Amino acid sequence: MQALQDFLATPVGHLVLTVAQTLALLVPVLICVAYMTWAERRIMAAMQLRKGPNVVGPFGMLQPFADALKMLMKETIVPTGASRYLFLAAPMLTFLLAMIAWSVIPVNDGWAIADINVGILYLFAVSSLGVYGVIIAGWASNSKYAFLGALRSAAQMVSYEVSMGFVIVTVLLCAGSLNLTEIVRAQTTVWYVIPLFPMAIIFFISTLAETNRAPFDLPEGESELVAGFFVEYSSMSFALFFLGEYANILLMCSLTTILFLGGWLPPMAIEPFTWVPGPLWFMLKAGLLFFCFVWVRATFPRYRYDQLMRLGWKVFLPFSLVWLIITAFTLKLMGWLPA
Amino acid sequence: MSASLLGEYFPILVFIGIAAGIAIAMVAGALLLARQKPDAEKLSTYECGFEPFEDTRHRFDVRFYLVAILFIIFDLEVAFLFPWAITLGDIGWLGFGSMMAFLGVLTVGFIYEWRKGALDWE
Repeated sequence: MQALQDFLATPVGHLVLTVAQTLALLVPVLICVAYMTWAERRIMAAMQLRKGPNVVGPFGMLQPFADALKMLMKETIVPTGASRYLFLAAPMLTFLLAMIAWSVIPVNDGWAIADINVGILYLFAVSSLGVYGVIIAGWASNSKYAFLGALRSAAQMVSYEVSMGFVIVTVLLCAGSLNLTEIVRAQTTVWYVIPLFPMAIIFFISTLAETNRAPFDLPEGESELVAGFFVEYSSMSFALFFLGEYANILLMCSLTTILFLGGWLPPMAIEPFTWVPGPLWFMLKAGLLFFCFVWVRATFPRYRYDQLMRLGWKVFLPFSLVWLIITAFTLKLMGWLPA
Repeated sequence: MSASLLGEYFPILVFIGIAAGIAIAMVAGALLLARQKPDAEKLSTYECGFEPFEDTRHRFDVRFYLVAILFIIFDLEVAFLFPWAITLGDIGWLGFGSMMAFLGVLTVGFIYEWRKGALDWE
């Protein structure tokens, strides 16, 4: 035991420990992402009175792995007009950005692998960079559908990022810290979804738009742009986009959990609730949000592009700005600001 | 900048390394394992079965530029709000008032854009 502790104190030991921690987070995240695709298909099927995938394994639960194997055995097609290296780099970038954001997510108290003091700023920055993967893919494909899809997607992502920023600042006013663990701890008395209710709704809808999900899935609107920015992709490059996209959805669900639903905290700090361990609460809340993502997809028709932009710039932006000012003024006037 | 503060960012570096490794392994795996049999038709740009009749990289709607510029303005605004939100308890009413003045100036600009029709898509 002592030898192990001595080893972990050395630089090499520190590296080994960090790699182990990273894998201990990334592997469950990737498995989770695989089962999100399965869950989405099953839930959508149930909502549309179909069966969904039910052949591969019990309840079709091996379906994601069968899909992955199929993708692996497919030919990687690089179109003639495409910029070869950018074309192959774009899905890798999308996947990379979706993965590195997870380093600051605290699934339980003290479980954040990189517990940096500006965690929320880091997440905000990484999710902004996500636009690059989309733009590079659309440009490098040299295909009209891909290009138009990428433009739409980029404009949509940046539009909703602004209102997301305002919502995050409102939460920061109440929490008084940029550290994600501290933000969750500040919600011990009350989850922010209650005092900041309309902002939580705006944040949830913005995450739908940010991750290009229905009803804001115009960048990949099947009926007009076929598949949007990744129309030219095949094989594992396609799988990387898919994984990155779902990892981003899971990330946004986790972020909403952290900002508004009290992260790993139980609804009330009394007996039956405190028996459930923190990570389970976290997964339960994030899973519930993901269910809402699927529910929305199965229920609502797609927005038109001008409606989408109007909602972002003319409704969410002014509303979240005004709400931010009201929150700041109220907190200041009542002296409720965290010191 | 102390060493421990930088040390907090070390796991992010490890994350970048591992995620890049997984991504490269997956793409390389597909390139190595799957049978590659390209031909001219297969590699042509997808355009619903038609021959692609011109290059994609030509002019596109100026509104996308407009959205990008508006985004930069408002994202900067958000970037200024972050430190203000954290320290609002310590900077008194003067700090609160200065940010309100700043937001006021930007709101005037926002109203101008709105009236000019920069936010309309038809």
